[in-house]
Amino acid sequence: MKVQGKAHVVGDHIDTDAIIPARFLVTTDPAELGAKCMEGLEADWVSRVNQNDIMVAGENFGCGSSREHAPISILGAGIPVVVAKSFARIFYRNGFNMGLVLLEVGEDIAKLRDGDQLEVDTARGAIRNLTTGEFVQCIPVPPFMQEILDAGGLVPYARQRLSA
Amino acid sequence: MPQTIAEKILQNHTREEVRPGRIVRCRVDMVLANDITAPLAIKSFRAMGAERVFDRDRVALVCDHFTPNKDIDSAEQVKTVRQFAEAMGVTHYYEGGNVGVEHALLPEQGIVGPGDVVVGADSHTCTYGGLGAFATGMGSTDIAAAMALGETWFKVPPSIRVELYGTPQPHVSAKDYMLRLIGEIGVAGALYKALEFGGPAVEALSVEGRMTMANMAIEAGGKVGLFAVDDKTVAYARRAGRSGNQVMAPDAGAEYERVVDIHVDDMSPQVACPHLPDNVRAVDEVAGLRIDQAVIGSCTNGRIEDMRVAAAVLKGRRVADRVRCIVLPATPSIWKQALKEGLIEIFMDAGCVVGPATCGPCLGGHMGILAGGERAIATTNRNFKGRMGSLESEVYLSNPAVAAASAVVGEIVHPSHL
Ligand code: SF4
Repeated sequence: MKVQGKAHVVGDHIDTDAIIPARFLVTTDPAELGAKCMEGLEADWVSRVNQNDIMVAGENFGCGSSREHAPISILGAGIPVVVAKSFARIFYRNGFNMGLVLLEVGEDIAKLRDGDQLEVDTARGAIRNLTTGEFVQCIPVPPFMQEILDAGGLVPYARQRLSA
Repeated sequence: MPQTIAEKILQNHTREEVRPGRIVRCRVDMVLANDITAPLAIKSFRAMGAERVFDRDRVALVCDHFTPNKDIDSAEQVKTVRQFAEAMGVTHYYEGGNVGVEHALLPEQGIVGPGDVVVGADSHTCTYGGLGAFATGMGSTDIAAAMALGETWFKVPPSIRVELYGTPQPHVSAKDYMLRLIGEIGVAGALYKALEFGGPAVEALSVEGRMTMANMAIEAGGKVGLFAVDDKTVAYARRAGRSGNQVMAPDAGAEYERVVDIHVDDMSPQVACPHLPDNVRAVDEVAGLRIDQAVIGSCTNGRIEDMRVAAAVLKGRRVADRVRCIVLPATPSIWKQALKEGLIEIFMDAGCVVGPATCGPCLGGHMGILAGGERAIATTNRNFKGRMGSLESEVYLSNPAVAAASAVVGEIVHPSHL
């Protein structure tokens, strides 16, 4: 998958209460959750986002609760990819399971700035910063996770296992 | 090869070779979800085409977050969980009079115990590490797969060994040890890793105290927070109705990525300041800050010994005017025990609000939401921005003695200065 969109930079240790506050957890609908994406960080954050934009985050993105509503709300906001210095581990699993592409880039995160136009090749884990011309290679996805992604997420993966 | 506790437990649940960094598929002993996460898990479970849970005795569904149902939406969510539990014949379903905060409830009922592998759709599932269980939080879809297949995969975490030495001063407890550790290593200090606790100060702790510490492993980014299984753990598990539990310790020579030593002798009560759990100070550094609310409860510090500590401070004293002191014993049996011991009466005499066993304000759900500009001190585990209500409110995390003393003074205070 190739995605082109604007980078929206958020900070370090963005927690799941910032991504989607608990008071909105009374639904599992992606559109409803997407409309409140990052509401715990800033009111109406989502209004600046266009379809296929890319979230760029610092360290430990998605720390906090295990709510899958967090990746769902990001997807619901129209953001298919999050690039971060590092991810919190439950969020990392959840993202893949839900079909949200998560790319870990370590210190190279500094090469991606707010408002930059990015092109992400998710299969190759390659990010091109069209604004600056810089290139970032991501840490590759572990093979077992790739298996789940190849099946189309954890739901189809489990469906295959159950019917085998 | 000598093994850490994490490696030992995982090895007992898989035929594959367990080594840090490897991905292994493991059998699970218990799969857990709550009223927020179960509805999503059920949705994924159905989408997987699953028709029954792998074992109806090995699934626990605990409706503890927004219960007693705070509004129509949460009532609908609980209804979904209840109907699923009925359809699947799930043995461990909790709602209403039998419900308690999941991570206090399952250990006390013997549903989780030493040596188990437990996965839960709740990040504080790591609490059971206090009993020597490899227990970790996951998302609802991972949990759905585990409910259907009876197994899950883990990337075997490297372990960080935390050694605690010394004897604590009065009013210093397990919560303070853990806050200190998180303050030292940071909220990402154990990212993707297992924390393994040991040393004389840990051996001296009650099993409840160890669960308080394990509970906050996730606040350091950890996958699990593990304690050895000793005679105290075995006795606890036996009281909870389990049999066949055995002591377990890491092998001599097991490999650790890092060793952290903590000396508790001259530690004072610790307080985590807004808006991250690693923003930790000694209580005296923040003393004098006015509070509007104190919350004593949650899966971190809502157990009977926490109730006793809070009652000892509140006995014969009054909560300050304009301060709401909310006490939520974490399970019905803790509630009943507190009643028997006269603690509930002490709380009532002091002017506390004593509520049901629920998560309630801990996650800003209900029963004690903060307005803009308000400040709370809480025995809970998270102080993220807006966690207990308004984005403009503040939560300070402490042990039960500090929370109770602060309720009395109306300001954050060291309990010894009452
Ligand atoms: S008490 Fe708080 S931290 Fe514990 S399970 Fe409930 S909401 Fe989560």
